[in-house]
Amino acid sequence: MASPSTTPRPTDAGGPRPVLEAQGIRKQFPGVLALDGVALRLFPGEVHALMGENGAGKSTLIKVLTGVHPADGGTLVVDGRPHAFADPLQAQQAGISTVYQEVNLCPNISVAENILIGREPRRFGLIHWSAMRQRAAELLTELDLDLDVTSLLDSHSLAVQQLVAIVRAVDVSAKVLVLDEPTSSLDREEVAQLFTLVRRLRDRGVAILFVTHFIDQVFDLCDRVTVLRNGQLEGEYPIGELTPVTLVQRMIGGELATLDQLSGRSHEGAAVRAAGVPFLRARQLTRTGSIEPYDLDIHAGEVIGLAGLLGSGRTEVARLLFGADGADAGEVSIEGEKVVLRTPRHAIARGIAFCSENRKSEGLVGELTVRENIILALQAARGWTRPLARATQDELARHWIEALDIRPADPEAQVRHLSGGNQQKVLLARWLLTAPRLLILDEPTRGIDIGAKAEIQKLVARLAGEGTSVLFISAELEEVLRLSHRIAVLRDHRMVATLANDDTVTPERLLTTIATGTDS
Amino acid sequence: MTTQPAKSEAAGGVGRRPAGHRLLWPALILLALLLGNLAFHHDFFSVRVRDGHLYGSLIDILQFGAPLILVALGMTLVIATRGIDLSVGSTVAIAGALACGHISTAARPGSVATMLTAVALALGVALALGLANGFLVSGLGVQPIVATLILMVAGRGVAQLITDGQIITVTSAPYKMIGGGYWLTFPFAVLLAAGLVALTAFVTRRSALGMLIESVGGNPAASRLVGIRAGGLLALVYVVSALCAAVAGLMISSNVSSADGNNAGLWIELDAILAVVVGGTALTGGRFSVGGTVLGALIIQTLSTTVYTLGVPPETSLVFKAFVVIVVCLVQSPVFRAKVLRRRRTTTPRSHTTAGAAPQQQEAGA
Amino acid sequence: MSTGIASAAAQLTRPFAAVSPRTRTRIPLIVTALLLVVMFSVGSVRYEGFLSAQVVLNLLIDNGFLLVVAVGATFVILTGGIDLSVGSMVALSTMLTAWLVESHGWSLATVIPLVLLVGAASGTLMGWIIHTFEIQPFIVTLAGMFLARGLCYTISTESITISDPTTAGIAQTRLYGPGGLFVSVPVVIALAVLVIAFVVLHHTRFGRNVYALGGNESSARLMGLPAGSTKIAVYAVSGLCSALGGLLLTFYMLSGYALHAMGMELDAIAATVIGGTLLTGGSGFVLGTAVGVLVLGMIQTVVNFQGTLSSWWTRIVIGALLLVFIVLQRLMSGRRPAAD
Repeated sequence: MASPSTTPRPTDAGGPRPVLEAQGIRKQFPGVLALDGVALRLFPGEVHALMGENGAGKSTLIKVLTGVHPADGGTLVVDGRPHAFADPLQAQQAGISTVYQEVNLCPNISVAENILIGREPRRFGLIHWSAMRQRAAELLTELDLDLDVTSLLDSHSLAVQQLVAIVRAVDVSAKVLVLDEPTSSLDREEVAQLFTLVRRLRDRGVAILFVTHFIDQVFDLCDRVTVLRNGQLEGEYPIGELTPVTLVQRMIGGELATLDQLSGRSHEGAAVRAAGVPFLRARQLTRTGSIEPYDLDIHAGEVIGLAGLLGSGRTEVARLLFGADGADAGEVSIEGEKVVLRTPRHAIARGIAFCSENRKSEGLVGELTVRENIILALQAARGWTRPLARATQDELARHWIEALDIRPADPEAQVRHLSGGNQQKVLLARWLLTAPRLLILDEPTRGIDIGAKAEIQKLVARLAGEGTSVLFISAELEEVLRLSHRIAVLRDHRMVATLANDDTVTPERLLTTIATGTDS
Repeated sequence: MTTQPAKSEAAGGVGRRPAGHRLLWPALILLALLLGNLAFHHDFFSVRVRDGHLYGSLIDILQFGAPLILVALGMTLVIATRGIDLSVGSTVAIAGALACGHISTAARPGSVATMLTAVALALGVALALGLANGFLVSGLGVQPIVATLILMVAGRGVAQLITDGQIITVTSAPYKMIGGGYWLTFPFAVLLAAGLVALTAFVTRRSALGMLIESVGGNPAASRLVGIRAGGLLALVYVVSALCAAVAGLMISSNVSSADGNNAGLWIELDAILAVVVGGTALTGGRFSVGGTVLGALIIQTLSTTVYTLGVPPETSLVFKAFVVIVVCLVQSPVFRAKVLRRRRTTTPRSHTTAGAAPQQQEAGA
Repeated sequence: MSTGIASAAAQLTRPFAAVSPRTRTRIPLIVTALLLVVMFSVGSVRYEGFLSAQVVLNLLIDNGFLLVVAVGATFVILTGGIDLSVGSMVALSTMLTAWLVESHGWSLATVIPLVLLVGAASGTLMGWIIHTFEIQPFIVTLAGMFLARGLCYTISTESITISDPTTAGIAQTRLYGPGGLFVSVPVVIALAVLVIAFVVLHHTRFGRNVYALGGNESSARLMGLPAGSTKIAVYAVSGLCSALGGLLLTFYMLSGYALHAMGMELDAIAATVIGGTLLTGGSGFVLGTAVGVLVLGMIQTVVNFQGTLSSWWTRIVIGALLLVFIVLQRLMSGRRPAAD
């Protein structure tokens, strides 16, 4: 770790000049102001973390910096010269290279080519293969990596591919390196290997912008942190001025709700509910690279909140319970009977329902009507030979449109034309009419208006009252605290704590658990 | 529940509007083509009754278009699942060859029983071929275009193997009925095609089949999470496609009372794809329209007839088809629409997005 | 333990996972080469006069045009695209050549560059539409197929026989080697095209971009490679190769006819796939395509030598080979088919 003295102080007037300075960056998507006057400074030889939750504007900022999206306003100065990138190539030429979470290399060509393609050494107009291999080998050796440069990229692990991507990025332009969640799918050793490389590059004077969900990694590796929230700059801090808790606090939101505001908390009777055989019991359920083994009991009529930062493994927990992803090990029993949930069909047959956080890509079929989307799950369970009568369909659609106040109240409207909140309600209606025993809601209130949000929260409480179990995933602590009987906290793809949501669970305590992984 | 009649009436009103809109363009194109023909031949629309049979250019279009309508019908379902079936032309040839081969070697070629066994034989083999395609696509996960390419290549060879490279001529009155006969003054082929179209429309819209197919084609990921068994549906559409092609093959060979392994159904897969696309079903899957496909097939057939009546070599209709393909695909291409119709886009209101929807949209755009 | 289960599962869905990826890409090619040797050996044992160098050379003489067309198709398939217009482009080239030379008395020296230009230009146009409007290659090249075949008929619906002495002279030239063995001029051209294609694909930036594009298009774009122009260029190459293949076919047939090269797009695709190129793109060898063309030619030769077998067996065997290779490719690519 760099000692604080080598960290360039942004306040120093006579200090080193930033290699990249963005100011007042504004980016407008249709109907949405994604970035509103965001600033970012990167100094040579520092590792700078960019943090923020869903919708903070992280990925948009990176895309502006790397030329994927042009900015609508603000200035971008690289090495003292103003720039406006129209495509990734221009950004690369100005000295900004990016390594993405999904390795963006070609698996079907050799390591050497992946490092040097587009810049191959040539002789008489043809590629000079031996010079190319030699150059690639040199680049790898410089960074203490031992790889056969002639092997296909596909033959290496994801971690090694990530390292190769970094070697390429640095060789393309060595001023600014953007690492966009490079560690998401790596194990501990692989992360250590990656960090060694990053530190080596930092010592060579490269400015590194590091985007991650892992709080520990920020404190382990980074010198300074820029936090974004809701498309705006929350602040820029030397790492020494932050603790995990204060960092998470700045990401999630400055003023936490007080206990008084949580008066609607529905934990009364939690102890009664938690007695007896649980509806669902998961033991050491795991999927490699996605979620470490976890235990979870869900009783009838119980609301379990899953709290944690974006990318902490909340969705992965839910997907295993729904059979959307196959588990590698562990077991699940429903009402004491051991079951294997290999596909969503198995889970649905057992009375489990799952509203995905990606409404558009994994939830709704945009071309179909509201009515069709509402009856889809029920119809799928019946099979195509036993159709619901049209009158029944109309009645169900009408009932749920009314019950959830879906607008426009037209069962024949195409669902893609509905607003986010109404789409969410359609998705809810689809599963509610199957009368599930366990309803999994993944970020059901994200990106929808206040009114719809309150209605969905009320609905969750009512369902629990009627005996339905709910697994409620949300990034908003207030919401989780208000609705849950018990709260499972996730951090770095691990379930670190399960708290009974009584009066001792304060927002601060939850925040600390999320940030540090220990309940103290 | 008491308000249901009023409600469903309102729902029907809103629901029917987009469907009508979708059929509007194909219908207008067909009408324009027919009127264009009328300008050249003033008796183009006249339909006469001779010997108790209907005759006339419009009847010809229907009769010659019947096999294409059938092949396009099966293709519609396949395309709705985001697939494509290139093997239908070969299936047409194989079905015709099998039926004629069976009849020509049968003891009593003119009997109804022989005809029925011939038809059953052709349909049975088509069923197997469809299952093979379906297995490759849904079982092994081979891309549809690649999976059906195999049968497209091998199928013509198989058809020629059955006919021994000859053109098998048959004389069987019952068999002739399928593609060349008349029933209640109408060409039997037209009635058969109409019946199968109605059956398909009925089954897909009255059962949940149509909706589930549209769901699988429209959003495969969501369909999996909602518990739809996509594998069976995929296999089913390829089987239906092969069966439709087989019936079309029977019609074609029956009409000319012979089977030609080499030329029967040549390029019909391309005409069928064209008919489906012209009829308003997108190659990217999802919503399909059986009515649109029928209109599309009639447009293609009318185009061929028009070229023929214009006196230019009939083969040059390929040039027209090429332009139709390109124009239709460009119009369906979102990129093309964004580029060419940009001015219209920018004026659409954006006010419907609430402030709360911002993060969601941003994540989607990012 | 969990990794043990995971790798066991991977082993099941990916039976060739134990083999290194590079070897894996070569398995189909090795199988094809073995197939060629076996077919030749069996033919030599069974048929008199089969075991001769001239039989091998005749394979090239009879399939030189297909080799050129298949080489062009290989470029397209390596990027993960498909070109259905090649057969029709070949026919259009024979038609244009015959028509201009015979009916208009143009000299071959003018006609050849013109035909090549037409081929390359139409390929470029199709590539441009595919790239600019993001329409699936198969539907765009399908339109190209219709258009080229239709244009043939607008020239003439009949076959045009070429009696031009220069053309006939070139067509009948035999280049003799040692031992009385001979090849035709088109064979030399086809082999030259093969060598050029090999050099371009393996030793130029354009060639490597073709592989990169087939490996992962969005990666190629983010790596700053000229993805768009490469995509357009492969269709231009395919168009050019089809036009050249058409010229070679003109010499072979000494006629232009709209029905020439019916279904040649399928032969070209089959040769490419049998030669070990993945239809999903990114992996394959142009030399493998040459082996694939030889296998197709060998099937034809065996069928001819057998005498009792009819020509349609060729198509059936090609289809069966396609099936085997496509299933093989599928099993080796290792992605699980959609569960459920």
